[in-house]
Parts: sequence; structure tokens; C-alpha cells
Amino acid sequence: MKKTYPIEVDCANCAAKMEEAANKTAGVDKAVVNFMTLKMIVTFSEGADPREVMPRVLANCKLVEDDCEIFFK
Amino acid sequence: MNKKQKNVLVRILVSAVLLLGLHFFLPETLPRWVALLCYLVPYLIIGHDILRKAWKGILHRQPFDECFLMAVATVGALLLGLLRTGDFDEAVAVMLFYQTGELFQSYAVGKSRRSITELMDIRPDTAHLEAEDGSVETVDPDEVEVGSVIVVKPGERVPIDGIVLSGVSALDTAALTGESLPRDVKPGDEALSGCVNQGSVLRLRTTRDFGESTASKIMDMVENASSLKSRSEAFITRFARVYTPAVCFAALALALLGPLVRLLMGLTPDWGDWLMRALTFLVISCPCALVISIPLTFFAGLGGASREGVLIKGSNYLEALADTGIAVFDKTGTMTQGVFEVSAVHHAAIPEEELITLAAHAECFSTHPISLSLRRACAEPIDETRVTDVREEAGGGVIAKVDGREVACGNTRLMERLGIPCDECHSLGTVVHVAVDGSYCGHILIADHLKPHAAEAIRALREAGVRRTVMLTGDREAAAKQMAADLGVNSYQAGLLPQDKVTWVEKLLAEKTGSEKLAFVGDGLNDAPVLSRADLGIAMGALGSDAAIEAADVVLMDDDPLKIARAIAIARKCMRIVRENIVFAIGVKLICLLVSALGLGSMWLAIFADVGVMVLAVLNAIRALR
Repeated sequence: MKKTYPIEVDCANCAAKMEEAANKTAGVDKAVVNFMTLKMIVTFSEGADPREVMPRVLANCKLVEDDCEIFFK
Repeated sequence: MNKKQKNVLVRILVSAVLLLGLHFFLPETLPRWVALLCYLVPYLIIGHDILRKAWKGILHRQPFDECFLMAVATVGALLLGLLRTGDFDEAVAVMLFYQTGELFQSYAVGKSRRSITELMDIRPDTAHLEAEDGSVETVDPDEVEVGSVIVVKPGERVPIDGIVLSGVSALDTAALTGESLPRDVKPGDEALSGCVNQGSVLRLRTTRDFGESTASKIMDMVENASSLKSRSEAFITRFARVYTPAVCFAALALALLGPLVRLLMGLTPDWGDWLMRALTFLVISCPCALVISIPLTFFAGLGGASREGVLIKGSNYLEALADTGIAVFDKTGTMTQGVFEVSAVHHAAIPEEELITLAAHAECFSTHPISLSLRRACAEPIDETRVTDVREEAGGGVIAKVDGREVACGNTRLMERLGIPCDECHSLGTVVHVAVDGSYCGHILIADHLKPHAAEAIRALREAGVRRTVMLTGDREAAAKQMAADLGVNSYQAGLLPQDKVTWVEKLLAEKTGSEKLAFVGDGLNDAPVLSRADLGIAMGALGSDAAIEAADVVLMDDDPLKIARAIAIARKCMRIVRENIVFAIGVKLICLLVSALGLGSMWLAIFADVGVMVLAVLNAIRALR
């Protein structure tokens, strides 16, 4: 499953760090951060529930870049 | 400017005024620690969030982030001031300039992001919905349901794809194709979203949702294209990951080794001086200018291309496009107009009109372009009730009963299969042999014409640096040879079935040298396998064709082959800017590192290396849009 989330981050390097952190999160197969459109495109692993995975993705991103935000409901 | 940016601006102004005040009016006789306390006020106003972030970074074991570097550099400078020089200006000024640079950066990036997106935006914000009683209401196009009636006034963009119910007008397709060629529409025609109504009021019945309409789909595609990252982007991200820690360790080495070497040489160690050099290193180590300029350039390049009717589905494809060395074309519909016309009837044993009428009727249930051209050439209207027992002969043609007579229409293979001797044709074009009740009645010659810019397009490709051009076609050898000569392609391959084209592309792929790429150009209708097999699949004339947009990596919205060379030129320009930015950003940083290691640089230089490079790289990136 693939989903796109709007994000907020200040610099391109921070976006790259968020991408790396999101990719290391369990339940995420592949994450791509597009700094130009401020979007994160997450491909979830088989059977993973986005509602359960996304808070952990955000927590991991906050670890590397305190000033970021991912908007998921 | 958003709220966050305004907030930073206020902090910058307040602390700048305070700094100037302290610099000029603070008596020099005060003890150093009192001066430090005074300077801490503007320092904390401007830098408190940096210090907080740096602290969090340490807690999260992410030491090499730029806030940490700035914190170390400025705190180091303050300590230096307290213990040795008594000068606190520099620490505050560095923080001030860093914040100004960051503000400028976020403003510039935000601004260019918006201006690129706006240029690409071909979706109107409103739609005029007509209710059942004929009253018209202006609504958000998202709310218009499929099958509703909308009104498009002159000068407005069509918001949603639909079929014209009433009104005759001309639509400007420039936003979709890059060519401002008006397209005439009348009731029953399709009107695609994104076009501008140039004539009179049109009423449309919508056939899609707003989100599914052509304009929205194109926008989504172009916006998301920058998510497919290029090799240059991957390179710069990897580089940044190594660069920052490397410079930090170099700074540490500078601070320790420099004085030690001087001590060994019997000189004074100058700890303070070397510490200052090391702190300057830390400021230069921020990789943001490198990292931002590359995706921004691609974003601008993709946006610029889309305005010319060239949709590129990823930064990686833009990169591949710039490296195109071999271009392979499909003939029909790509280099030729794909519109067939009956050009002659040869060896007719029965009157020519009758021959065409029989053939047109036999083929009347087929949608093949050849059948369509036969029907157009037929003088009398097609009466489907005259036709019975239609049998499609795969790869050969059609056999059907017309007015009770058995008519066989098709190529030489079909005639051989039926055991009917036929005459070979020596003219250019596609030949349809016709046999009635088992006896040969002659053949109809159907020719396709080259597009007006076809030969020019091949020349332009060669000038753009494409080493080899190859034409693939299912047509006969003689026809292909003539056409290849007219076009000026390097080589051609005739008589190919669709699956043979894949084999040929694979053969050509094996002949590539170095990093060059092979592009296949087709009309996207029946060449999906070849499009995906080539390094780069380019589909032409894709306006309104979802299948072609789906299958290809690069989509040319109109069907002018000159656009291929144009697309390559755009890609080349974009890649040149990317390379310039990489060399420039890394180069300036390295020079600044060298200069400050030698003790010639200052914090000011370091700030320029960071902010100045970023601003210049961003301005350079925006050039890719034009």
C-alpha cells in the first residue's frame, strides 16, 4: 500500500534525514520525501497498518529533526 | 512570508539593534563577565531555538546537525571572548547572520516552490455548474459530479473533462501541448480540462471527476515527478552525509594539531587563533546549500518542460533524457501522420469504385487505420446489412460476404494462404489485395505521409548529440527504405511484428557505450512492451490518451516529432545547471575551508560560504524553468 502525506520541514538536508529515518521504521517498505512539494510518499510493508505505523514514523523523524511535522489523521 | 518567518525577522531586527547599541555604547572599562552578560541578551534572543535544537540533537544522538555546529561555534567564540579577547561581537553576529541566511533560504525556496507550482497550475479554481432549472452557480470544481452540466465562458479554462452539449468554439490547448494551436469543438466533441475557451460560451456534460480530469492528472504527475530521484540527487545526499562529519573531525584536528605542531616547532601555540579557525570550519560544514540546489533544479526543469507540453515522469528520466545516444522510432504515427489515404488502385479487374466499395464493406467492422481509410475512400455510404460472415484472418486481413459474394481483403500472406496468385506492388505504401469469389481483382494502395517536421526532427536530434537514429516499422522493405532515406535516419528495420520490435530494441541496447541511453519513441498505443524495455520510453501525441501516459516515461502531449529534440535540449540544460551547482557549491566550500584553515578566513567568510552559495545556487536553479 502506498500513501502520500503532506509534511513540514525547513531545509533540504533535514528532509533527507527524515527520509532516512522513515525508511528505518518497521512497517515501512520504502519512504520518499519530496522536499519541493513537501510530501512524504510511504509504501507500507505487507499487512502493516498505516494508522499504527505513521505515529512511529513521525517519532523517528522527530528524533533526527526536531522541527518537522507529518500530517496524518 | 509565513508566521514562522515573520517571527524570525522580528528577532533578527531586535537583536541586530541591540548588538549595534552594545558595540558602540558599552563602556570598555566594564569587567568582561559583565560585558558577556550584556551580550548574552541579543545572543539568546536570536539563538535560543538553535541552542535548544542543538541540545535535543545531542539527546537524540544526532550530533552533526547544523544547529549543533552553530551552537559549538558561537559558544566557543563567547568563551574565547571571555577568556582572551574580550570581543563578543563576533559570536552574536555569526548567529545573526546564520539566522538571516536561514530566513532568506526558507523564503527563497518557498517563493520558488510557489512560482514553479503556479506556472504549472492549469487547473481553474472554480466551475460554473448549471442546475436543472437552467440557473448557473459558481462552485469548487471538486464538488462537480460526473454527468453534471457546466458552463465555460469565453476566456476561461475548462475545469473538468467533458463532452460539448451546445456551443461552437475554439479551444487553446497551449497549457497541455505547449503549442497555442486552437482546436475547434462542436457539440459531441470532447473538451479536455486545461484548455482555454477562445470562442463563445460552451456547455459541457462532465465525463470525469475533477481529480481524474486531464489537467489534474498532469499536475499530479509533474509534481510527483521529482519524487523519483535522480542519480545526482542520490550522490549529493550521500556526499552531505560524509561531508559534515568529515569537516567536524577536520575542525577538531585543526584545533588540536595546529597548536601542538607549533609547540613542537618551539613557537607559541596560539590556542585561541587555532580554535577560531576550527570554529569557522564548523560554520562552513553545513551542507544545506548543496542539498537544496539539486532537487530545486530538477523541480524547475520538470516544471519548465511541462509548460512546453513535455511531461517527464521523474527526475531520473530527465537525467536519462540528457544522456540519450540512440533514438529508436516507430514509424507509423510517430514519424508519419498515421492517417492513411487510398492513393491508387492497380491491376483492377473490375471497375475501381466497385473494388473500393467491396473492400470497404468487407472491412467495415474493423477499426484498423487501413479499414478507416478504405471507408473514407468509398463513394457510397457504408451499408452494414450488405455484409455477412465476417472472418478476421490474424496477421492477414479479412474475409467477408458482401452482397453474397465472398470478398477477401488483405496482404500477400493472406493471398498465399488462400492460394490466389497476386501481383507484387512496387510503389510506396501499404497494399491491400482484393479477391472476389476466389479470383484476383487487383490491389488498393494506401499511403501514409511523413509529418511536416519529421526530417527536421531527425536533424535536430543529431545536433542535440544523438549518435544514432533507427526506424523500426512493420512496413515492407521498399517503403521503409524510401522513408528512411527521406528522413535521414542512420538505419531502419522493416517487416517487423510488434514482438520483433522488442528484440530489436534489446539488440540495440547491447550496442550502447558508456553511460548513453536508448530512447524509444512511439505513439503509445500498441508499443507498451517496447516503451518499457527501452531505457527511456517516449510516447507522442498523448493528449487525452491515458494508455500512452501510463506506459511511457516521457510524454509529448502533441505529436510534433521536433519536440523530442526539444525535450532533450531541456534535459541537457537542466543537467548542466545541476552540474554547475554541484561544482560551484562544493568548490566554494572547499576553497573557504582551505582559506580558513590557513587562518585567512573569518566567520564572515564562513557565513558567505553557507548562505551566499545557497542563494546563488537557488537563483541558478530557477534558470532551468525558462
